[in-house]
Amino acid sequence: MGKISGSQAIVKCLQEEGVKTIFGYPGGAVLDLFDALMDSEITNVLVRHEQGAVHAADGFARVSGEVGVALLTSGPGATNGVTGIATAYMDSIPLVILTGQVPRALIGNDAFQEVDIVGITRPCTKHNYLVNNVDDLVPTLREAFHIARTGRPGPVLVDLPKDLVATKLLYPEKTPIHISSYQPNFNPHPVQVEKACHRILQAKRPVLYVGGGVISANASEELTTLAERLSIPVTMTLMGLGSYPGSHRLSMGMLGMHGTYTANMAVAECDLLIAVGARFDDRVTGKLSDFATKADIIHIDIDPTSISKNVKVDIPIVADCRNALTALNQWFVKEKSFNPTEQAEKLAPWFAVIAGWTAKHPLGYRDDNQVIKPQYVIETLHRLTEGKAIITTEVGQNQMWAAQFHKFDYPRHFVTSGGLGTMGFGLPAAIGAQMAFPERTVIDIAGDGSIQMNIQELATARQFKCPVKIAILNNGYLGMVRQWQELFYNKRYASTVMNVVPDFVELAKAYGAVGLRATTRAEVEPVIREALDTANVVIMDFRIEQEEGVYPMVPAGKATTEMLLV
Amino acid sequence: MKHTFSVLLQNKPGVLSRVTGLFSGRGFNIESLCVAETLDPKVSCLTVVSRGDEAIIEQINKQLNKLIDVIKVSEINSKEYVEREMVLIRVKAEASTRAEVLRVVDIFRGKVVDVSAKSYAIELTGSDSKIQAVIDILRPIGIKEIVRTGTIAMARANKNK
Ligand SMILES: Cc1ncc(C[n+]2csc(CCOP(=O)(O)OP(=O)(O)O)c2C)c(N)n1
Ligand SMILES: [Mg+2]
Repeated sequence: MGKISGSQAIVKCLQEEGVKTIFGYPGGAVLDLFDALMDSEITNVLVRHEQGAVHAADGFARVSGEVGVALLTSGPGATNGVTGIATAYMDSIPLVILTGQVPRALIGNDAFQEVDIVGITRPCTKHNYLVNNVDDLVPTLREAFHIARTGRPGPVLVDLPKDLVATKLLYPEKTPIHISSYQPNFNPHPVQVEKACHRILQAKRPVLYVGGGVISANASEELTTLAERLSIPVTMTLMGLGSYPGSHRLSMGMLGMHGTYTANMAVAECDLLIAVGARFDDRVTGKLSDFATKADIIHIDIDPTSISKNVKVDIPIVADCRNALTALNQWFVKEKSFNPTEQAEKLAPWFAVIAGWTAKHPLGYRDDNQVIKPQYVIETLHRLTEGKAIITTEVGQNQMWAAQFHKFDYPRHFVTSGGLGTMGFGLPAAIGAQMAFPERTVIDIAGDGSIQMNIQELATARQFKCPVKIAILNNGYLGMVRQWQELFYNKRYASTVMNVVPDFVELAKAYGAVGLRATTRAEVEPVIREALDTANVVIMDFRIEQEEGVYPMVPAGKATTEMLLV
Repeated sequence: MKHTFSVLLQNKPGVLSRVTGLFSGRGFNIESLCVAETLDPKVSCLTVVSRGDEAIIEQINKQLNKLIDVIKVSEINSKEYVEREMVLIRVKAEASTRAEVLRVVDIFRGKVVDVSAKSYAIELTGSDSKIQAVIDILRPIGIKEIVRTGTIAMARANKNK
């Protein structure tokens, strides 16, 4: 084969990696690349803002399990993407972000649209590169994909100087990737597995606390097997929702700041906490010194830095969650003394305690037959979609109500910005999800504040025929912040009242989408039905109870047993 | 507790800022840091001295290892090791104090590397505590300028092998 241009080589390499859809926005520094893309099968989803490109690639990755790809121009294009990159980094989502850069000879000269994006994104990428040598171009891209998708996944950025992309090169053969300084530990240490299993057998009040790592490792099945064979109740983090079926009897729902009473009490009272693919985030633990004080802790995670970072772990297992759970399952299959029925009988008293908590304070809300309660909207969405829709969220109360009241039974169906809490994430993420699964129903559960942060992506959804449904829980407030002000700032609503909000129904129309509104409870179901029956993008404007709060709530810095209840 | 890490890194642009960015971003402190190429020009060796309790030191170790460009992290303090630092000190050396300065230099096996009418520049290597001792002794005489390299360290060879 003869020489091809750098941009052609990049396109070829993307195809080799299985990429069919990317999310991007053009500019001077990436003209060559966009030109080469035109001759390929790869679709570029032309977003309306680069933050949207990265969130869309992120949504695509979360639902499909594949690496999401975004392509941004240099300077402002790249910096606009930073929030998206940081969002993916916090939630360990595999992305490759390609950014244009000024020609090599101009780097460091404050050239037009030059920015040190490698420097800027160093703390919010898993790794990043400035390609300096044309022979490194393809190997670097391959490495970027490899690093993004293996180990603890994360975003990898590759900065591509314009002149380099225009240079001709010989396309290198694909060879196995070996990075001597990057060797994630995939397989659990048998001694640790043995220790963990013995400890599990002794436990009288065990709890599985599972996070996004189970989803990224595609380990839901193995988790479900373990939980059910051993009758261990499961609580999930925000990122872990769907890793274990939320409507199953062993599920205690989410834990932490807005977790269920049952889950938080169970963690406080358990004698063994088995953390899988979770990282003891402050939103989960509350006051650290009071977290799971009666428990020994087993922690399975691919990332050694997660282990004993916040909470001292007794039995660490550094491994891919799926491999580790498989090893535990195999151990119990082989263990002669273990019997699932006896185990269930042994744990019956623990389940009685758990059932008592749920009976005392079930997850709930005060419904109203006139005013729309946001929780009712979520429950109705769940019912009418039979829980099969992909749900993305914005950030705030809308996100927490979605997490609490939509029972996620499948992994990769809940797409939310957990670690960074990025308002404006939901709509572009929904577009990315819809691009991955054109046939599925994708719903963005939104707030009236958040939706305005990337509302421009309505045009993208329209242009690329992504019939996403947006359910705005419109409370006229930056509701989550207002809730904190209500509780902790004497109801002084500083800058949380949004007096001027667009008419979302008219706004939808302006974009060629469909706008629907519900102002009473009775209108909720018809509006949702109509939206689900519409082939176009739909905005549903639900005028909800304005001062509804999210409960339970653990005030920041308090122990998770100190919940404010409904 | 003071801890010395010896870190082998890919010798590539930007690698040092990944390391320093990790320390600043996570609020770990750096007492000193030295870096230079090893025998293999593709690899550099970085010695960093930090302080913290056991949990922090464990995190530093793991976080360093997590960097893609980090090949190996050794926590030197957990083994037998030698550590050295070099210092250049310009000290007042007038008629009344010259003899004393020279005596100190001699005792600590330093060298005078620059001489002027009113001062000597002294070169000295040693462990952190030795360097500190010299500084303490010379301070009353009058230190005008001081430049330290920071610590470099190496584990001692295993005697049984
Ligand atoms: C980009 C960004 N800016 C600010 C915040 C802080 N914040 C968290 S929730 C929230 C309010 C969100 O309001 P809205 O979208 O209307 O959702 P609601 O809580 O009312 O459901 C704000 C401002 C954030 N998370 N992200
Ligand atoms: Mg709101």
